Amino acid sequence: MPAHLQIYATEPTGVVFDIMRFCIHDGPGIRTIVFLKGCPLNCWWCHNPEGISPRPEMFVRPGRCIGCGRCMQVCSVGLDRSRCTFCGECVRACHTGAREIVGQTMTVAQVMEQIEKDIIFYDESGGGVTFSGGEPLMQPEFLEAVLKACKTMEIHTAVETSGYAKPETIKRIAQYVDLFLYDIKSMDDEKHKEATGVSNKLILSNIRDLSEWHPNVEIRFPVIPGVNDDIENVKALADLASSLKVKGVHLLRYHNAGTEKYGSLDKTYFLTDLQPPTDEKMAEIRSVFGDANVKVLNGGNEYYEQKSGAA
Amino acid sequence: MNKRVERLRQLSLEAKPTFSTERAELMTEFYKKAPQASVPVTRALAFKYLMENKAICINDGELIVGERGPAPKATPSYPELCCHSLEDLDIINTRKKIPFVVSDEARKVYEEKIIPFWRGRSQRDRIFQEMTSEWKDAYEAGIFTEFMEQRAPGHVVGDKKIFTKGFLDFKREIEDAMASIDYFNDPEAYDKQEQLKAMLICCDAIITFANRHAELARKMAAEEKDPVRRMELEKIADVCSWVPANAPRDFYDALQAYWFVHLGVITELNTWDSFCPGRLDQHLYPYYKSGIDSGTLTEERAKELLECFWVKFNNQPAPPKVGVTAAESGTYTDFCNINSGGLKEDGSDGVNECTYLILDVIDEMRLLQPSSNVQVSKKNPDRFVKRAARIIRKGWGQPSVFNADAVVEELLSMGKTLEDARNGGTSGCVEVSAFGKEACILTGYINLPKILEITLNNGVDPRTGKQIGLQTGDVTKMQSFDELMDAYRRQLNYFIDIKIRGNNVIEKLYAEYMPAPFLSIIVDDCIKKGKDYNAGGARYNTSYIQGVGIGSITDSLASIKYNVFDQKVITMSQMLSTLANDFEGDEETRQMFLNKTPKYGNDDDYADDIMREIFEMYCSAVNGRPNMKGGQYRINLLPTTCHVYFGSVTGATPDGRRAWEPLSEGISPVQGADRHGPTAVIKSAAKMDHVRTGGTLLNMKFAPQVLEGEEGIEQLTHLIRSYFKLGGHHVQFNVVTAETLRRAKAEPEKYRDLIVRVAGYSDYFCDISEKLQNEIIARTEHRSF
Repeated sequence: MPAHLQIYATEPTGVVFDIMRFCIHDGPGIRTIVFLKGCPLNCWWCHNPEGISPRPEMFVRPGRCIGCGRCMQVCSVGLDRSRCTFCGECVRACHTGAREIVGQTMTVAQVMEQIEKDIIFYDESGGGVTFSGGEPLMQPEFLEAVLKACKTMEIHTAVETSGYAKPETIKRIAQYVDLFLYDIKSMDDEKHKEATGVSNKLILSNIRDLSEWHPNVEIRFPVIPGVNDDIENVKALADLASSLKVKGVHLLRYHNAGTEKYGSLDKTYFLTDLQPPTDEKMAEIRSVFGDANVKVLNGGNEYYEQKSGAA
Repeated sequence: MNKRVERLRQLSLEAKPTFSTERAELMTEFYKKAPQASVPVTRALAFKYLMENKAICINDGELIVGERGPAPKATPSYPELCCHSLEDLDIINTRKKIPFVVSDEARKVYEEKIIPFWRGRSQRDRIFQEMTSEWKDAYEAGIFTEFMEQRAPGHVVGDKKIFTKGFLDFKREIEDAMASIDYFNDPEAYDKQEQLKAMLICCDAIITFANRHAELARKMAAEEKDPVRRMELEKIADVCSWVPANAPRDFYDALQAYWFVHLGVITELNTWDSFCPGRLDQHLYPYYKSGIDSGTLTEERAKELLECFWVKFNNQPAPPKVGVTAAESGTYTDFCNINSGGLKEDGSDGVNECTYLILDVIDEMRLLQPSSNVQVSKKNPDRFVKRAARIIRKGWGQPSVFNADAVVEELLSMGKTLEDARNGGTSGCVEVSAFGKEACILTGYINLPKILEITLNNGVDPRTGKQIGLQTGDVTKMQSFDELMDAYRRQLNYFIDIKIRGNNVIEKLYAEYMPAPFLSIIVDDCIKKGKDYNAGGARYNTSYIQGVGIGSITDSLASIKYNVFDQKVITMSQMLSTLANDFEGDEETRQMFLNKTPKYGNDDDYADDIMREIFEMYCSAVNGRPNMKGGQYRINLLPTTCHVYFGSVTGATPDGRRAWEPLSEGISPVQGADRHGPTAVIKSAAKMDHVRTGGTLLNMKFAPQVLEGEEGIEQLTHLIRSYFKLGGHHVQFNVVTAETLRRAKAEPEKYRDLIVRVAGYSDYFCDISEKLQNEIIARTEHRSF
């Protein structure tokens, strides 16, 4: 282990469900995304459902299964999810990668080793690392330690957050964050509660505070048809954005490509038939922000980001 | 492009490759009554006979003139090197991929005149006669291939002298060299005299050839009704009567002068990788600049001339090959590879206005030939890289991208002067060369995974049951992975020795029987030394053996190390038997090899360290060994399409690859083995020391959406720059979806225009073999998320 990581050899640890390299839509340049597990929200359209629970989960890819039965042979609970102890025997027995435990406990040093692999690409492209999830602020000690380690290595840091966290948590980590990608799902609190399970009050008050003093906050607005794409909501968000010192807003267009992950987790996806917003709709939303003098930021593929778990 | 170019381009695309017997007939006629003379002089007289007697044509509307055959895509044969049999002709006439139309008349000519004269007298016959039984065993087993069995040593690239001197100047230089021959003390005096005499004959021959075009143009002008075309023909006559006898006066002259030289080289012999103008933007820039400054040239006109020039390359398919060679490089592409960008001789940024003009031409023409590349130095502006990236993104496989700074370093490490290194670049697929001064000869591919198969079977080729290698020991008794590696090393060295011994004989056969006096005129220091290109006349002489399957061999060894020695989940005997059965009834084990075993291309040191070890082993087996021309051997890592042929002779491998499937290509990871995206591939590939090679080839395939928008261009540029910072030599991109490729495979008629980057060159997807099509589909599609 490199010397600068020695202090992070054991404590603290975090639960990570993926580390992905060459991501180009979540912050500037070529980036590595660290997905931290656990989220206080439970959005209908969540494209990383394996990030919601803070605990490890069994992830099954039926497409890869060749029916060899090796997992059955080693499992002491008969592959019953409800009794799974995450011993990992079935994962080791599976030769095709059809079974995987999502959510590994990792040390800061382990995460940094992965992050540092692509330093040359960050340097060249003005990229860095983005912490996403789940909700990265659910693991503040760990997040803070990794962020600090990144700053030691002069690595640009971004945090993608729902904003649903204690104000002091945000304050604590914000000094190590170069860029906040801050999700706002709906301005209508009732709708917000219904679609995400939590109120938006904390989220909205946090962004008011944060944008006051943090120089780089960008709002992300996932456009979910029938949930938050009504012009009233968009206008309210545009008004909020124009009143804040944020850099602008990214529009993330809903898509339904990641829904097979629900099956892999034995969960049900409820928006199966929901189609992505039309080009006209997106243009309309864009113009609302334009009218409010809020910059619609380029970059980002306009699609709601999804980890590749199901690939 | 303008109407003229559009028409010429269309005609070139539509022209059917045909097998022309013209050259074979003329050569036969000549050799039947050849005068008593030395070998070089006889070869020169034969060249002169061709230049004086071959049919010439000026195609309607064209501005740059001259074809190798009697018409566009009429492709000659070289019976003195390799005489096609009637069976060969039937195959090339009817094969689905890369066919050449062979007329009944041509077949008859071969049967009656060509075959009776050349059978048993060709260079190919000589070569096979001289090879040892060990060589033949290894060759037939598919351990290595032999480049020179039907094409002449090539990989030569022109430099600026073609653009700044005329053949009358070269004649003076040759005469000076003749005058300085020391007949009293130099035991080679006579050889030099004959060689130089031969070069003089060739100078006259090429001037005659140009003059014949001038005459034809004048004649056509006199008969031309259209006053505009009449003037054009008069201009052609003027140009052809001036160049290549004299140094070019302007941009037009420069292109036509080069083209005559190109035709000379590829008519004299069928040199591998045809011929190439090298750093075209550098060579043309002075003429471009003075033309623009004096108002005699416009950008539009320059572009038109360049585009007419481009069409000429596309009219010359690679001569039809036979047997194994047809399989190892089955393509119409003749590997002319135009270099743009890079550094100037003084080490400064070499990008100029001509560079961008050439990139525009590449973008507009979208032809199979010439191939094109950009030489990217850290000193070049991003604008240049981005302009190239915008063309790359269109997904037809050109231009490929080279690290100009690494190329210079590679050339320097081989002992070239700084100036020669900076004037160098890459030719063929990815091979470095000191342009105009080097014979860098690819001698054949070597099948690195097959050598493991032989090692695992204690010297026996399981495909034939024949003992063709060393008995390096029973692998089931080996106690450690190092012991296996040592056995592999001995086996590798054994086959490299066989290959080099063969090469050294073949080199001499070329020096003795197949001098290339015309080519020798334009390669320094053949004139000064009075020595032929094929005999060591060039300033630098490098021989290459091209390693194939670095990904497959790495993953195979990683699998043995991991599964047999480290994790001990399978014994060596079990490994051998599941391989022998091609995983039949043992899909579980195959899946373990595919999914639960470290693999090259993922920035994982477990596998990448093995890659490095194999690289070192291969390097020390080859690099620095002397060839017969005063130069040295060196490795490079490129496959053309040989990874498909080599795969077809190699049984199942421990990486989970089934028998007879393609091997990995270039230095790319095994198809589908890289699962951590392009940065991980780049990191893995950069772990070998590219500087000690003569070129490596990295293929990356992107779905178009990854490269969408300005951001896509930015990221592509960053990937290129980062790989080059890490010392990578070359990278090329396929930008298509697997879905598109599948559709193209199913409905070829709808996708005839689909060009993909194969391996160091681009080809029509529908023209390549089904195996190769499948392999390209399988190459990892890098997604961004």
